[in-house]
Amino acid sequence: MTLVSVRGVTRRFGEVTALDDVSLDIEQGEFFALLGPSGCGKTTLLRILAGFERPDSGEVLLDGADLLALPPHRRPVNLMFQSYALFPHLSVEKNIAYGLERERLAKAEIRERVAEVLETIGLGGAARRRPDQLSGGQRQRVALARAIVKRPRLLLLDEPLSALDKKVRAEMQLELKRLQHEVGITFVVVTHDQEEAMSLADRIAVLHGGGVEQVDPPVALYERPRTRFTADFVGANNLFHGTLRAQGVEVAGVGLLPCDVPADAALGTAVDLAVRPENIAFTDAGVLRGTVLDTSFYGGQSRVSIAVPGVAQPVEVTAAGASPVAQGAEVQLGWSPAHAVLLP
Amino acid sequence: MRSRWAFAPFWLTYLFLYAPIAVLVVMSFNAADTPYTWGGFSTHWYGELASDTKIREGLVNTLIVATGSTVLATVLGTLLAVGMARYTRSKVLGALATLPAILPDLVLAIGLLAFYSAIQATLGLHSVLAAHTVFGMAFVATVVRTRLTHADLSLEEASRDLGAGAFTTFVRITLPGLMPGIVAGALLAFTLSIDEFVIAFFTAGPKDPTLPIVIYSMVRFGVTPEINALATVLLAVSFTAVILVQRVTRLTDSLR
Repeated sequence: MTLVSVRGVTRRFGEVTALDDVSLDIEQGEFFALLGPSGCGKTTLLRILAGFERPDSGEVLLDGADLLALPPHRRPVNLMFQSYALFPHLSVEKNIAYGLERERLAKAEIRERVAEVLETIGLGGAARRRPDQLSGGQRQRVALARAIVKRPRLLLLDEPLSALDKKVRAEMQLELKRLQHEVGITFVVVTHDQEEAMSLADRIAVLHGGGVEQVDPPVALYERPRTRFTADFVGANNLFHGTLRAQGVEVAGVGLLPCDVPADAALGTAVDLAVRPENIAFTDAGVLRGTVLDTSFYGGQSRVSIAVPGVAQPVEVTAAGASPVAQGAEVQLGWSPAHAVLLP
Repeated sequence: MRSRWAFAPFWLTYLFLYAPIAVLVVMSFNAADTPYTWGGFSTHWYGELASDTKIREGLVNTLIVATGSTVLATVLGTLLAVGMARYTRSKVLGALATLPAILPDLVLAIGLLAFYSAIQATLGLHSVLAAHTVFGMAFVATVVRTRLTHADLSLEEASRDLGAGAFTTFVRITLPGLMPGIVAGALLAFTLSIDEFVIAFFTAGPKDPTLPIVIYSMVRFGVTPEINALATVLLAVSFTAVILVQRVTRLTDSLR
């Protein structure tokens, strides 16, 4: 069931178009990610959903009703700010109770719900502390608790993990997923970190230059990117520019690179071919020949860069364990046609 | 290791600053009738001070003016600061709001007197109170604006997001955040009003002079140690205010 429907939303700031005719559907109960580099319009879209920005044109529906007609404080939508925006003069429990007090609930019910959510985030002992007495991870939990205690239809999270150090990030990542299952609220997370988006979300929308490039579950997005931008932005990729032929892509000065060509493809057009580093293998009868520039060992795997004459960027290859080739070696590379992705 | 004499200029500066004040305090306990020669220890002049009706009336007038102008200046100055932060980025408007605080008192005094005569207002405590509100407001607005520039705008958005309307957000979130600045500004306005002479002299009516005007008219007929006692009391009040301001500023830092 569709919870939020964004239709043809455009927002300009002076000369800059932050959002250009964006349309998206967010399903009830899913964990949705808006992924893109800074300036792609993801934060503007989030602020439109929260009510702090208005689109110049287009509409946003929540449960089929016009969301834009409501001011921010009347929307069943809550936002977890990137800076957390905890009220510094209020204790943890007062911060969490703030939203419930605005609904004019009975004192007893507020107390009960605050205690309950403090238990859920494991901060029952810190109820009376001030925000400045908490660690980064604890602050993030309080910000989350303050938003979910309102039981919104939609919870927005602005770069939720960016302010945390690496170890706490991993913990909070699991925590966020667990909470989302537990409370059953629809989550929309905004992030520039593709790993964060892939590990958290059920579906990801890749935004670029104010437009939606692709909306897909993480695995599909990674394995079948549909645009050159997505292929390049989500995970590492080797991109080759050439002309489409019946058996593959012909790259000038390199040769014919194999891929599956659909029957209805327009042969002879300019296309890009994307091949993931982990899908390229060292073989004796490869399609690319080159010299090993550099190898680096990352524990479980090694990354090898290879200079291939005719290809501008070095080709990146990931191999399990230690590198099977040494720097300066002449190697041949190949891949199965099924692993190469054609991009228009 | 630096010689202890290297600090001599430092201590000399303090001596220069505080020697006159020390002399004043000591002389207020002088038993003699002249303020220049020591005639033994006495609290006699403090008793004189307490029974001097002119001084008492002047003090009451000053307190009325200081309290009233502080309340007005604090409310108006805070609203001015918030309004400027919200609705304008004009540097000129910002400078104009600060100007009464740095303008020479004499300019403000003459201007106010001219204004009061132009609108044919009768002079009295109310005219001093309004005059003191003018520069008090400028001080409060300046202090509160400094605090506003450090304020986290996402706090107000968070409040709206959690279901609070504009008014609730202002009272529950914006004001508490500004409170240290507001209190510091109010204390500043209060202490400045208490010993303000020039503007009060120009705008006060002949029947109800404020304390500085009373002191001025007393001094014209020669200084008695009673003045020293009065100055010592005022000194104690000012010191307390300064310490309070510092406390509040420290509070501000701890909130950051």
